[in-house]
This record gives sequence, C-alpha cells and structure tokens, in this order.
Amino acid sequence: MATKKKIAKSNTIKLKFDTSWSYAPAPESKSAATINKQYDLFINGEWQKPSGNKYFDTINPATEEKLSEIAEASTADVDKAVKAARAAYEKVWKKMPAKERAKYIFRIARMIQEKARELAIIESLDGGKPIRESRDFDVPTAANHFFYYAGWADKLEYAFPNRTTEPLGVAGQIIPWNFPLLMAAWKIAPAIATGNTVVLKPAETTSLTALKLAEIIQESGLPPGVVNIITGAGATGAAIVNHPDINKIAFTGSTDVGKIIQRAIAGTNKKATLELGGKAANIIFEDAPIDQAVEGVINGIYFNQGHVCCAGSRLYVQESVAKEVIRKLKDRLESLIVGDPLDKNTDIGAINSKGQLETIHKYLDIGKKEGAEMYQSSCPVPNKGFWCRPTMFTNVAQSNRIAQEEIFGPVLSVLTFRTDDEVIEKANNSPYGLSAGVWTDKGSKIFNMTRRMRAGVVWANTFNKFDPSSPFGGYKESGFGREGGLHGLSAYVNVV
Amino acid sequence: MEKTSIKKSSLSISENGLEKKKLSGRLEVLKTYKIYIGGQFPRTESGRYYIPTNAAGKKLANVCLSSRKDFRDAVVAARGAVSGWSGRAAFNRSQILYRMAEMLEGRKAQFIDELMQQDASKAKAEKEVNLAIDRLIYYAGWCDKFQQLFSSVNPVASSHFNFSVPEPMGVVAIIAPQNDSLLGLVSVIAPVIAGGNTCVVLASETKPLCSVTFAEVLNSSDLPGAVVNILTGKPSELASWFVDHMDVNATIYCENNSEVQKMMREKSAQNLKRIFFYDKVKWETGEGQSPYFIMDCQEIKTTWHPIENIASAGGGY
Repeated sequence: MATKKKIAKSNTIKLKFDTSWSYAPAPESKSAATINKQYDLFINGEWQKPSGNKYFDTINPATEEKLSEIAEASTADVDKAVKAARAAYEKVWKKMPAKERAKYIFRIARMIQEKARELAIIESLDGGKPIRESRDFDVPTAANHFFYYAGWADKLEYAFPNRTTEPLGVAGQIIPWNFPLLMAAWKIAPAIATGNTVVLKPAETTSLTALKLAEIIQESGLPPGVVNIITGAGATGAAIVNHPDINKIAFTGSTDVGKIIQRAIAGTNKKATLELGGKAANIIFEDAPIDQAVEGVINGIYFNQGHVCCAGSRLYVQESVAKEVIRKLKDRLESLIVGDPLDKNTDIGAINSKGQLETIHKYLDIGKKEGAEMYQSSCPVPNKGFWCRPTMFTNVAQSNRIAQEEIFGPVLSVLTFRTDDEVIEKANNSPYGLSAGVWTDKGSKIFNMTRRMRAGVVWANTFNKFDPSSPFGGYKESGFGREGGLHGLSAYVNVV
Repeated sequence: MEKTSIKKSSLSISENGLEKKKLSGRLEVLKTYKIYIGGQFPRTESGRYYIPTNAAGKKLANVCLSSRKDFRDAVVAARGAVSGWSGRAAFNRSQILYRMAEMLEGRKAQFIDELMQQDASKAKAEKEVNLAIDRLIYYAGWCDKFQQLFSSVNPVASSHFNFSVPEPMGVVAIIAPQNDSLLGLVSVIAPVIAGGNTCVVLASETKPLCSVTFAEVLNSSDLPGAVVNILTGKPSELASWFVDHMDVNATIYCENNSEVQKMMREKSAQNLKRIFFYDKVKWETGEGQSPYFIMDCQEIKTTWHPIENIASAGGGY
C-alpha cells in the first residue's frame, strides 16, 4: 500500500503552464455592445426621468472607467412603478389567458438568445466577470430560465395537487450584483408566468444588463407596467420593501439585509422569499477521484471570483489525503489566469467593486491574525481596477471567522477531518445552509452525506451546477423559498 | 374550596350521563395536570400554576404555568430527538401515528369528559374527539406518501441526475389553537411530526385539560419521548420566547392577534426561522387537514450527481 502511494505521488506532474504554455491575448470586442451614455427608469413600458433628476455612475471594475450614468429612483419613482405594476396587474395581466402570457415570456427568452453576445459583453464590462462565464453561463441560463417558466404559465393546475392557484399581485424584487442578468431572470420569469406583475431593482454596481433586459422587454411588446425596472441603491430598495401596495418581496442578497426585510414586513400581509448568504462545506473523502475533486473545489470557490452565495468556501479534506489535495490545489491556483474579464482565456476577472475588495482584504487580515496560513497565486494583476489573487488558507480552525463568515471573494478555507460523523458535525456547524458538496467514489456514502448535510442544494462529485428546472434555495439563515423548477412556482402563487 | 369545586365537576359528569358514579364514602383521586418534556411528566420548573375555569367560573384544575426555562428545556429535548425521528422510516412513523389514533380511541371517554368540563356539549365533545382520532389516521396515511407527491426528478440540460425531495426542518415551536383544544392540538401536531420534525407545543391556555391527557396518549403510543413536548401556560408570556429561541427552525401560531403576529414575524428574523399563521383555518372542516400543512414545515433539498457520458451526448433523466 505504502509503495503504491509513493508511485502515485511520483506520477503527479507539477503543472507549469507559465513556462510550457502561454496564451496570446484573446479579447472579446466591445464594439458588439451598445451602452447608452445615460439610462432612465423603465416604468410602465417607457423610459422615465427620475423625479429627483439624480444619476450615479456605473464603472468597469477592471479599469475603473465610467461606462454610463444610471438614474436613481426616489420613493416617488418607486410609487410610480408600483402604481404602473398594479394597473397592469388589474387591467391586463391577471385577465390575460395564460397561454398568451406564456407566449410573451417565450418571446423574451428568444430575444435574450438573439442578443446573447451583446449581453455577455456588457455583463463582463459592468460586473468584472470573465467573458467565458458571461457567455457560457450567465446569459444562456437567463434565457433558459424565461423559456422554462414560460411553459408553466398555462399548466399551473398540474403543479399543485388537488388545488388551484391565484397570483399574488405586485412583486417587489431586489437582486444582487454577482449574477445581474441571471438573477433578474430568476425573479421575473416565474413571477410573470404565474400572473403577477413586477417592480425589479438591480444592484447599483451592475444595473446595465437589467436595463438592457428592459429594452428587450419593451421590444417584445409585453404590456406596459407588467415589468418595471428601476435603479438605485439601498434607499430605493427600502422604498420597494416598505411600499404598502406590494404583495410580495423577493430578495437575493446578504443575510443581514434579508433579516432587515423580514423585520420590515412584519405586520403586513406581504409574502417573502429570501435567498441569502452561504458558507458551503465541500467535503473530499480519501476515496474520491482526487484530480476531479480538486477541479471541483477550484470551480466551487473561484467561479465568478467567489462572488457566489453557494460558493464552496469551506473545504473539508480527509486527513489521509490532505497533503496531496493541498499541494494540487496550490499547483492549480498557480495556473489560474487572472486578468482582463473580456479575454476569453481569463479564469478570474475583477472584483465587483472597491467596497467588496475592501471586505475581502479585511478577511485576509482576519485570517492571518487568526493564525491560518495564507497562500496566494503569484500571478500578476493589473494596476488599475479591483483585483484579488486567488487565495487559500490552510490550518484553519472551525471557530475561525474565515470558516464561519461569508467572505464573497476568491478565498478558500481548508480544514481537515477524520471520520464521517466528525465532518457532518463540522459541515452543519454553520448558521447557513444554502449548498454543500461531497466527493467520494462510494455511492452509499454519497447518499449518507447528501442526506445528512443541512443545505438546500447538494452537489455530489460536482459543484456549482445550475439549471432552470432545478430548485435552488437555502435552509436556516440562508433564507427561505426556492427558485427554479416546479418548486419555484410556490413563491409566486396563493394555493387555494 | 378547591376540593369542593372539583367534586362538583365530577358530579356534572354524571349529570351528563357519561358515567354513573355514586358519591359513596370513597374519596375520588384527583389528576395532577403536568407538562410533558422529553417523554417525562415534570411539573414546571418555576413551581407556578394557574387555574383555568369553565364558563360558569368553575375551576378546572391547577395547571402548570410553564416558564421560559421549561420552553428551553423542551427545545433541548426536541432537538435531541430530531435525528432519531427524522431518521426513522416513513413507514414506521406512519405506524406510530396510527398507534396514537388507537390509543386515543381507547381513551375517548376521558377526552369527552374533559371537553365537557370545558363547556362543550356532549354531542360536540364526541364529534371533536372522533375528528381528532380520524385526523391522526389521516396523517398516519400521509407519512410515506407526501414525499412522492412533492418530490421531483428534474430534467436538467447537463449530464446529471438531479432530484428534489422534502426534508423536515427540525424543531417546530407551536402555539396551539385556543378553541378546539383537542382537535386543534392534534391538527397542528400531526402534520409536523408526520413530516419527521419534532415539536414543542403550548396548549390552549383556557382549555388545557385535553392536552395533558393527550400527552399521556403519546406516552403510550410508541412515539419516542421528546418528539412531541407539551407545555401549558400563557401565550402572552411565552410567544416571544418561542420566536426568540435560536435553535427553533419554525414557529406556528394559530390565533388572530395581529400584534402578536407582528411581534413574532419581527423576532423570527433573528435566525430566519420559518413562521406560519394558521388563524383562519376551520379545524373541524376538511380544510383543517391537507398535505400542504405537512409541506409547510419541510425544506426542499436538491441533489446533483454527474452521469457518466461516454456512449451518447447529454445523457440525463
């Protein structure tokens, strides 16, 4: 056995992409995308000036260059949008035959596909994520989400056994900056398919693709007011949450803000779904296919710069393979390409904002002070813009803040374990419960682990996979309600 | 004073024709109404009691006035029982709920007696007990079926096997309906435990007698101790602790008190415990039972696993 292991070790070639491989720049062209100088609010099917006439800049986090000016919606603008949504709900959308509703949503899905390239470029410009992810994941998945829910519109009587459904009314939806277009799709598609109308606010650092979506919606001929997209920061979001004529709040973002929303809507009849933070455990057992597991861990935490609520930020490695896994992770970290988000070879793009970069740095300091060992890729990073080298902490203790708190950046905490019971105890020792992962070659162990881990999405021998037909959402303080799939319909209907 | 009043109540039983009792020289043995935590019948740690009365002002009993500490003890017990209860085969849970119905059926007379002490007419009391028994049977049947109805295999576009199933939330804290003191109690407990959760229940404040006797039914029904814990006391005192507790996963409240509802939803934000208001449910009707009550206290878990993809592209389900 011992000799076998030695042989296995010597067979592992250290990856040296920096010397033996090099990539020529392969930038996507910006010319395929049109960004206006200024964007107004999309209310009642029209572009309307903000009542306070205030605009804020949106920048490219990779270069800090200004991309456009975005309108800041005031309380009065929120009210206008809610009124438009209410009128559209009562007069048009609620009464429209479901199969006609469906066709509008199918049409929107198709138009997103038609404009996929432009949307992907803008997503990477505005949010800093690699074009490969925008192009291959964000934009197609957003289109697919509309396509999936369109088909549900006239089949709702099959979704809830022995019950019928009715729409809730006007939904106020607030989305984060990590998957701007995709989150807009996750929110809008099921809401309007079930007969609700929508007031949606994208995050202030990443409004552009939601506004592009507004253009698509306008072009699709969707009746005015069914979808209203208004921009702004926290104050605008609060005005949506507190508006008395909203029937439902759907929020994706931090657990702190989720709790504020839950308090704010106490005493009202507003329904809510909250998709909040996470600190996913990703578990590698000694019998796992180690190379695949390492790839899965890399994808699990460094996908989208780690700006992923379900990111596998806590890695638990069985002690017997810990050395090998850590060595391979370091090698792989070194080979990740960090840089221009528009370059098709880029693995890790820019951190979304200056504020988020500061948060990440704060946690790097905390991790070092807590006594964990920090390892970072030696890759160069551009001078301008917001960047963080892919980072990994070893010797992390369960009680360390970097093992308990969500960092929302490319930072992995590595912990070890010996037995199944121990790792379950550690994995579930978290206020969060959004996602989890397990790597092992043994089928019965997979089901034992996936059953016992308290998380809404569990990936076995894979990680960070998403699909419109697959429900997504958390246990415990990761929020409540599901998005996607059959189960995602419940969030937007009264079952009667 | 107290003794006489309770004697009177036993007299009223015979007046109702339920049992023929002769008040001979034998002193009647009175029942001590205790709470139910972890499969045991302790008194409240606080040593406090209250005396609910019927409409005519007659004392019902000295009932434990449970404290915050009792609630915490009950949550600890309930948490300890989660893995065992949720880990049981659904079929086994089904059999235990059926056993509860059997035990309740066997003690029908006592429940009718207690409901009548709490102002129900004989006909109404009998109806309520029958409905309660039938409700247990109803949920006994659901234990191993609701999962099939609310699960899905999801046809993802990539080469993965992907399925979603309901799982119990964990510990559910319930403030039971004030009226329908037996039927309401059974109707809120049964779906929660049918789905594999454990619970702490605060019984009707004004009509607590059946809840304690129901605990005795549970205790003789093969239901593991601590799966259901029953407290007596005042919602006005305990409601806020129910939502404050950081190790409670969900809370159910059955009264239409908007102030309390607001307070509960606000406080539930602390650990984002799920919160449900069943204030509009008519428990005696068909709407008082459905698998959707089970689903309220379930989480949906979605599991992914790759499918080997050698012979053909995009293999999935």
